Amino acid sequence: MQRMDSAIRLRGFVKRFGGITAVDGLDLDVPFGSCVGLLGPNGAGKSTTMKALTAQVVADQGEIEVLGYQLPGDSKQARAMMGVVPQLDNLDVSLTVEQNLLVFTHLYRVPAGRRKAAIDRALDIANLTERAESKVDHLSGGMRRRLLVARGLLHEPRLILLDEPTVGLDPQVRQELWALIDRMRTEGISILMSTHYIEEAERLCDTVTIMSHGKAVAVGPPRELIDRHAGREAVEVYGPPARLHEVEVTARGRGWSTRRTGTSISILGGNGNVDIDGHRRVTNLEDVFVLLTGEEIT
Amino acid sequence: MATATATAVAPRRRLHRLEPAALQGVLMREIVNFSSFWRSSTFSSTVDPTIYLLAFGFGFGSLVSHVAGYRYIDFVGTGIVATTVLFSAAFTSMYSTFIKYSFQHTYDAILAAPVDTEELVTGEGLWVAARTGVYACVPLLVAMVFGLNASWGMLLVPFIGGLSGLGWANFGIFVAAKAQRIESFSYWQSGLLTPLFLVAGTFFPLSGLPEWAQVAGNFNPLFHCVELVRHAVFGFEGWVDVWHLAFLVVFALIMWRLAIRYMERKLIL
Repeated sequence: MQRMDSAIRLRGFVKRFGGITAVDGLDLDVPFGSCVGLLGPNGAGKSTTMKALTAQVVADQGEIEVLGYQLPGDSKQARAMMGVVPQLDNLDVSLTVEQNLLVFTHLYRVPAGRRKAAIDRALDIANLTERAESKVDHLSGGMRRRLLVARGLLHEPRLILLDEPTVGLDPQVRQELWALIDRMRTEGISILMSTHYIEEAERLCDTVTIMSHGKAVAVGPPRELIDRHAGREAVEVYGPPARLHEVEVTARGRGWSTRRTGTSISILGGNGNVDIDGHRRVTNLEDVFVLLTGEEIT
Repeated sequence: MATATATAVAPRRRLHRLEPAALQGVLMREIVNFSSFWRSSTFSSTVDPTIYLLAFGFGFGSLVSHVAGYRYIDFVGTGIVATTVLFSAAFTSMYSTFIKYSFQHTYDAILAAPVDTEELVTGEGLWVAARTGVYACVPLLVAMVFGLNASWGMLLVPFIGGLSGLGWANFGIFVAAKAQRIESFSYWQSGLLTPLFLVAGTFFPLSGLPEWAQVAGNFNPLFHCVELVRHAVFGFEGWVDVWHLAFLVVFALIMWRLAIRYMERKLIL
């Protein structure tokens, strides 16, 4: 018997691949019933972290606890109570929607008498009841992603891992998926979601952990992180490159932060005191993300 | 955000290695998938050996009437069971394992469920072995059309085929786990499987070969499969058949553990 406060608890998690350190001492908590976002640029260590939670990556150092079970030793118990929605579609394409779900009721050990109900419920949540008989081959990208979510919910898990749940989807389809994730959250399922769509994290997550080079560089509720790192207001200045450079130097001289936003420069952390002309807008998590993970694309 | 501290209790029920529930899940996935491609799979696993049987039976059979004390059609009809085993176990496993790992990412989905690599490999091996046991009967049925007499011992052939198939299925998983690219299968096929397939006493007896080849043949699992099937059909010969059976059991065990070892290296980083 054991008490636990967090669905996921990582302490000092380190993973190296050859000479490369993919994750470098990560602490992470997913409190029960909350939705936590794992944000970071490509190569920050998000995928390695997600794989470690199903013990498909084994830590070189540190502790990993999922639903009260120590990994990797007791990973199977943890996996029996959590659902995973992978980034890469791994559905059986020659089977129907219903057959895909049937197979996973067996893999997730849903008792024989409850399989049918579990499938119907998952179809309903993912809004795929009408397509139960369709071959996966004939589904759209959005439907396939919803089916992956449904598959992860068959055994009524207490925790669900979503690895880049909306990558590559149209905006309309993304909204649909967000609604689905929000529904899981209101039902009390703990969620860990890795994403590099910042808007997604801002809308859905109670807290986010921003990762860079295998480490957590910021942890907290999105609004709090924004206030702390970017202030309430950003001033966006447009102009030719020389002008932008000049603004950059001036702003930094006054102790404000700046970030390039394509054709403009955003002055952050001014909190209403910026006297440079420009378009004023509300700061967002993307500002924080770029400030903390760097502007250079590596 | 949930502020209340949730108190949850993790049941201390240990999950063990090689649990029936996990194996059932893996087998179920294979069975449901098989329902969508059984026609093509059964076609290739049965037509290939039938062609060999007809080609050798008629081609060679017109030159020799008896080999090693058997009518040639009886000799080759029983021998080709081993060919079927090789085709339907080793080749199927090599390709399907590699495809599921590299292209379909199926194993990621299975290992995210409460299934370990050991259970995954064991389930897949058992499934291919079971199919192989059934397909192993096809050459006998064809040979019976051409005059092979039925015998009670034939009822053991699916089990001998299944046991050999278990070894070869795990061999296929092992090869797929070692392969970085699907092209490397060529080395295994041409360098190992083709010689083993030819020097197994299927089409001609090993006794006609140089002594070193006869000795080497004793380490060929297909040879032991051929001998055991022939003796099952025409009458067992005592201890020598225990040796054949023991060899197949040991081959299956070694390949099973090797397949698990190498799949773990591939799947668990």
